[in-house]
Amino acid sequence: MKIIVCIKQVPGTTQVDIDEKTGVLKRDGVESKINPYDLYALETALRLKEASPGATAVALTMGPPQAEQSLREALMMGIDEVVLVSDRRFAGADVLATAHTLSQAILALGEPGLILCGQQTTDGDTAQVGPEIAEFLNIPHATNVTAISDFSGGTLTAQVDLPTTEETIRMPLPCLISVNKGIHTPRLPSFKLKKATRARKIKVLTLDDLPDANPAHYGLNGSPTQVVRIFPPEHHVTRETWEGSGDELAGRLGRHLQEGKFLN
Amino acid sequence: MAEMIVHPDKISDTATLAALCPFGAIEVADGHVRITSACRMCKLCVKNGPPGAFELVNEKKADVDKSAWRGVAVYIDQTEGEIHPVSLELLGKARELAQKVGHPVYALLAGDALGKQAEALRHYGVDKIYLYGHPQLAHFRIEPYAAVFEDFIKRSRPAVVLVGGTAIGRSLAPRVAARFHTGLTADCTCLDIQSNTDLDQIRPAFGGNIMAHIRTPHHRPQFATVRYKIFSAPERLDAPRGEILSLTPEDAMLASRIETLATHRKEPVKNIEDADVLVVAGLGIQRRENLEWLERLAGHLGGMVGGTRPVIEAGWLEPRRQIGLSGRTVKPKLLIACGVSGSIQFVAGMSGAEQIMAINIDPLAPIFKVAHTALVGDVCEIVPALLNKIENGALSHV
Repeated sequence: MKIIVCIKQVPGTTQVDIDEKTGVLKRDGVESKINPYDLYALETALRLKEASPGATAVALTMGPPQAEQSLREALMMGIDEVVLVSDRRFAGADVLATAHTLSQAILALGEPGLILCGQQTTDGDTAQVGPEIAEFLNIPHATNVTAISDFSGGTLTAQVDLPTTEETIRMPLPCLISVNKGIHTPRLPSFKLKKATRARKIKVLTLDDLPDANPAHYGLNGSPTQVVRIFPPEHHVTRETWEGSGDELAGRLGRHLQEGKFLN
Repeated sequence: MAEMIVHPDKISDTATLAALCPFGAIEVADGHVRITSACRMCKLCVKNGPPGAFELVNEKKADVDKSAWRGVAVYIDQTEGEIHPVSLELLGKARELAQKVGHPVYALLAGDALGKQAEALRHYGVDKIYLYGHPQLAHFRIEPYAAVFEDFIKRSRPAVVLVGGTAIGRSLAPRVAARFHTGLTADCTCLDIQSNTDLDQIRPAFGGNIMAHIRTPHHRPQFATVRYKIFSAPERLDAPRGEILSLTPEDAMLASRIETLATHRKEPVKNIEDADVLVVAGLGIQRRENLEWLERLAGHLGGMVGGTRPVIEAGWLEPRRQIGLSGRTVKPKLLIACGVSGSIQFVAGMSGAEQIMAINIDPLAPIFKVAHTALVGDVCEIVPALLNKIENGALSHV
């Protein structure tokens, strides 16, 4: 049975370049890392795999060829198989096109068991690709998963954090979950595994390998949302700047808070 | 809509066909091959089946008829009959957008025994409230709620659908948007509408150091999610208006593969969104122990302590206290940023505060661009000195 983790390579910094004409993020030349939230999903996959004889943990990412680095890091954590979904025709995908591409890649890998996603990414921050993948695969999903209490007999039992309650739910496989940060502390990459997997060839899926081979459903063409323009945010004008010694500023701040009736 | 078609003349052996489909959508009965509604049009059968046996027929995709989609719809987020205030904020925005294009405002309310809540919504400028009631809708479950949402959209055909960016909204909106193969823009901070009903959606992008203006020009409905406290709550109107359409969901809509085994009520906690005063810790406070100053200051001000993402990631504060794009959006009366540099991802979560005071040692810190009052100095000197003055009564004779 396959436990598939969808991961994303994100810029190591928020200072990134954007193609002014297309409004698409330029990823080349920016230092990258695995989206930190995905590390929790990878750790969860590894623990479930270790407790389930015969299970394989697969990391899947969609991105440019450079995204291979994230997959190598996943191998160093102990993931068994990695797959890079990469094709020029996938470029510029929004939430819908990304979820479509990932769901197609999951289908191409064969019958999925469990699909894991991180809570959100640090660059797009939408937290919405997971539920869209589940919809495209017509499988149940749960977000805000804080713990997994049972994973056997073709079902998953998990704790879900809702606004006013914590629920214990049971779902049949295949299903998709997004795990919260903190579900398990992610392990560090192992040097031994790094050496052992260094020469591993990374499996690449292109559009031609996917069941739906219509290029109109992918990338920018397959994205209903379009970036009209990008611009720097507007700011208030600073009304006042106070300078002085720490004690002077503390006194002035205190009096200001009194005048505003925040302090008695 | 696309459709999967079977060509029986191209099939010689039906025995292996059912195994082609990962969703079990190929049914073989009495030598007759049929595609069921489980088909997701993944085309695995086209690719792996007998050549020519399965064909996906696409109708020529014309540009969407925008005049066929009218209205601005709001999903009313409720748990146990309590309507989340973000839904009222969205109704206010929906009214504003709808007036610009002369469309009605719709509300979708799903749950059990919510007649009173539906009645209350009539005071917020809704033209039509679609009320889906059933005991099985009492608690949020993704599949029935998505099915009800789908039914609502098919009935009302709105141009725009607004959903609060709550735990429920962030699970439900993408599921339904994908079902309609349409665009979804998450966490919008600004919304406007064109005369052709194209929704102008603005959101911080790429971690928030830049804003993106996004449209969904060829698809309907247009989905957008908005976090709590981004828009202002509308005034309650004295005179109720609008009609309530009570609907009972069909059994098929209530089906769920997810079983709820146990529900445990959480202790009610005060959230930073509800605080009038927030004292916010950035890494400039230098040490975890120094948070104690901010807690004391917040105590004197009747407020709470929040933190930036680096502070949360360092484990100094619990995640529910994070302010910013990936945390909470806050709109307090007063916010004091202590040693916060002011990344745009942070600012996106607090720029709506009525009064922003910022203490930072760096006169060029970006936080000073949004602050109404900039205190250039060391937070580790100013805050202890201020506490000293407050606690020793040294401020009382101003």
